Amino acid sequence: MTLHRLTLTKAIELIKSKEVSVQEVHGEVHAFIREKNPTLNVYLSIDEHSSEKGNPETDLAGVPIAIKDNFLTVGLPTTASSRVLEGFYSPYESTVTKRIKDAGGVVIGKTNLDAWAHGSSTETSDFGTTRNPDNPDYSPGGSSGGSAAAVSADMCIAAIGSETAGSIRIPACWCGCVGLKPTYGRVSRAGVIAMGSSLDCPGPMTKTVEDAAILLRYMAGKDLYDATSSNRKAPDYRSSLQKGVKGMRIGIIYMDHLHMPQEVKEVVINAGKLFASHGAIVDEIKLSQTLEKDKVLSPDYAVAVYTIVQRSEVASNLARYDGIRYGRDRSHFGNEAKRRIMLGTFTLSKGYADKYYIKAQQVRMLYKKNFDQLFSSYDLLISTPSPGYALKVGASEGNPMFGEVVDMLNEPSSLAGNPAISIPCYRDSKTNLSLGLAIIGDHFEEEKVLQAAYLYERETPWNRWIHKVDKI
Amino acid sequence: MSYTPIIGLEIHVELKTQSKMFCGCKNDPFHAPKPNIYTCPVCLGMPGGLPVPNKKAIEWTIMLGLALNCKINMVSKFDRKHYFYPDLSKGYQISQYDQPLCLGGVLSLPEGDVRIHRVHLEEDTGKLQHTTIDGKEVTLIDFNRSGVPLIEIVTEPDIRSGEHAKSFLKKLHQIIRYLDISDADMEKGSMRLEPNISVKQSEDEGLPPYKIEVKNINSFNFVKKAIEYEVARHISIFESGATPKQETRGWNEDAGQTFSQRSKEHAEDYRYFPDPDIPPLHFTEQYIESLRENLPELPDEKARRFKEAYQLSDQLIDMLIASRQIAQYFEDAVKEGRNHNLAPTTIANWIINKKVDIHAVSATDLLHQIVQATTVIHVSDDEMQQAIHDVILDHEKAVQDYKAGKKPALMFLFGQVMKKLHGKGDKKIIYDRLERSLS
Repeated sequence: MTLHRLTLTKAIELIKSKEVSVQEVHGEVHAFIREKNPTLNVYLSIDEHSSEKGNPETDLAGVPIAIKDNFLTVGLPTTASSRVLEGFYSPYESTVTKRIKDAGGVVIGKTNLDAWAHGSSTETSDFGTTRNPDNPDYSPGGSSGGSAAAVSADMCIAAIGSETAGSIRIPACWCGCVGLKPTYGRVSRAGVIAMGSSLDCPGPMTKTVEDAAILLRYMAGKDLYDATSSNRKAPDYRSSLQKGVKGMRIGIIYMDHLHMPQEVKEVVINAGKLFASHGAIVDEIKLSQTLEKDKVLSPDYAVAVYTIVQRSEVASNLARYDGIRYGRDRSHFGNEAKRRIMLGTFTLSKGYADKYYIKAQQVRMLYKKNFDQLFSSYDLLISTPSPGYALKVGASEGNPMFGEVVDMLNEPSSLAGNPAISIPCYRDSKTNLSLGLAIIGDHFEEEKVLQAAYLYERETPWNRWIHKVDKI
Repeated sequence: MSYTPIIGLEIHVELKTQSKMFCGCKNDPFHAPKPNIYTCPVCLGMPGGLPVPNKKAIEWTIMLGLALNCKINMVSKFDRKHYFYPDLSKGYQISQYDQPLCLGGVLSLPEGDVRIHRVHLEEDTGKLQHTTIDGKEVTLIDFNRSGVPLIEIVTEPDIRSGEHAKSFLKKLHQIIRYLDISDADMEKGSMRLEPNISVKQSEDEGLPPYKIEVKNINSFNFVKKAIEYEVARHISIFESGATPKQETRGWNEDAGQTFSQRSKEHAEDYRYFPDPDIPPLHFTEQYIESLRENLPELPDEKARRFKEAYQLSDQLIDMLIASRQIAQYFEDAVKEGRNHNLAPTTIANWIINKKVDIHAVSATDLLHQIVQATTVIHVSDDEMQQAIHDVILDHEKAVQDYKAGKKPALMFLFGQVMKKLHGKGDKKIIYDRLERSLS
């Protein structure tokens, strides 16, 4: 039996046509979780009775969906992988999980992350590291490593993650699945444990691009509980998937970056060629160390800018965890959270805020201007979320800037609030590990991003589900 | 050596919006039947809770700014102000730092103008309650007040005396009540007053090098007394050759003294930064103008109009415009009074001198009372004499009592005569006639 391998698209189809039941799907997913979770450490909590909650007569047909454990869910604990919140049961539901549940999705369990989403490997989790299902010696990436691993290992049908800068794209890339970081404000942050409030974006992590399009439709849209959520109506992303890239202008970025390996460069440039062969106008955009027209601003500065903005917001956002109203007191924070609180407190201090926080916000505006300018002449930009394969478990040890360096290529688009997707674009047969293609769009142009990704996925052999499992 | 008191005020006012500043919880902390019932994930600082600003509260703050002649910032924002206290659920208060809604106003007073430095909007905190449970001393927290919209008004140090401060506060209070944006009830704490006091020595250049903040005073009189006490205290310190040390003090009404609370030699670092959860506020001229048009007639304006339209004394006007309700009541009565040929002065005097309860007596009833009391309906001599005669015959006992020296009996008899005449006739004449008839 292989029902746990179903994509979201296929699972909904089979349940709706009554070829399989909600109970059968949940049963097989649960069985597979029981088999895999002890070694992979993907789930922090599991709803053993999930199948009873599935209603086949709904849009999402009762399929089991894995949720990153920084989304508040009623019924399962929410910990953000920190001892501070160990055993915390939220009295209310996050907007995203509420919308998923309302559409008929069933939360099967909560997935591991770096504690408070601080990291890019799940290694800062207080509940152990998640292993990369494609090769357990390797990290799944993070912070949404648990959700990526759950998708990649077929321990769910689809998953939800969240990204501040790279936390969806990196684990999707390293685990060989699809991860979409929507435009800032496209998906409500209400009920998501805040990390960097001006950057946080919940997003789908799925087996296919079509699956991501389906989930995003239910996640997106104005939320009265989040003042930063956009009023723009969320379209039916799935209906435009097949439009292709004909006539689109696509720019390839970051290929001339000093640390870009030849191997990665090749797959990204080949992706450009593929888009060109389908009617897109593709060219390479050069890096620049300053803001220049028709050039892409070097991501090098983004590490500092992102670190300062995010740490400042983190220090502020974690102030509420004082153990007075709920949870444990501050002595239960791990080392990474403490480091971030200290740095963020410093960067906002009198006499230093101008030098750090305010300066960082000014440079952040340059990234935004740069993308705005580029998107006035390009429809999409392509690159990679990670200049290489997953790193080995333990690589982050003794390296407090690990995450920021890993996430470097994702930070500019996060700082500017643009949508971006990561899809598999190569798999190494020796290590079984994947590379990822990044497709970045203008604000609220998730449709174009998904169209290009969908085309790429259909025209290349790298998605492990659509070419095999769809034929179950 | 001469000394000049240099005084500024910081005033906090809770707005009486239906819901709290950043969530949909009921804003009614003073009438809540139980602690912690008007709470939600946002005002409790639960994980994932996000603030959504209350439009009405922003509107009301701008209206107060306009009433205080402030400039309105066309781009404003909310900032996070960080400090730790158990009644502060998020570890930061959402406030306004460098782009408050309103800047630079002025309030004119007979004692001298007081400039307004700024008016901004923030959220109130919860409330701590220190108590003993099962023999253990504990502190309980009530979050009903957490997130209630709170306006902060900061003046320039233009106030020169306790009386000046009191006069400013009374006027401010009146304006707030006119705008109907807060109960501004000091007993309950919906209006809280903090004077900043220092004394300038004649040779000082600029402002004195210290200031004393007196926290949370709940009456205008106490503010006045605290200022007077502090000014005298600072002068005596200067006289002894020292300088008062910068600190926060409290007011002890029983002792009539301020007392030291904590020294404030180092400015606290609140690590302000723009709240990323709340997009900046952009206003249009048109919007601000529409709020200006919606301002009610304010006390100064009303006083000018009353003087012109009704030719009343300043003292009478002051009393009539003490509240919008009294002023409105007066004007309603004046309007109706025209049909009875009643002059505004008559009506005004009646309302003030008789301390008319405007909620119990309608304007129509009031006019009726005035007319009754002031109009004389003619009665013939014969009719009057007959009535007096009848009353004397009917009330023999009262007549005897009066003749025996019991003066109140005369009033009783007078009342009986009036009753017989159905209130007609000149009271004075009837009274005299009755008295003469009995002698």
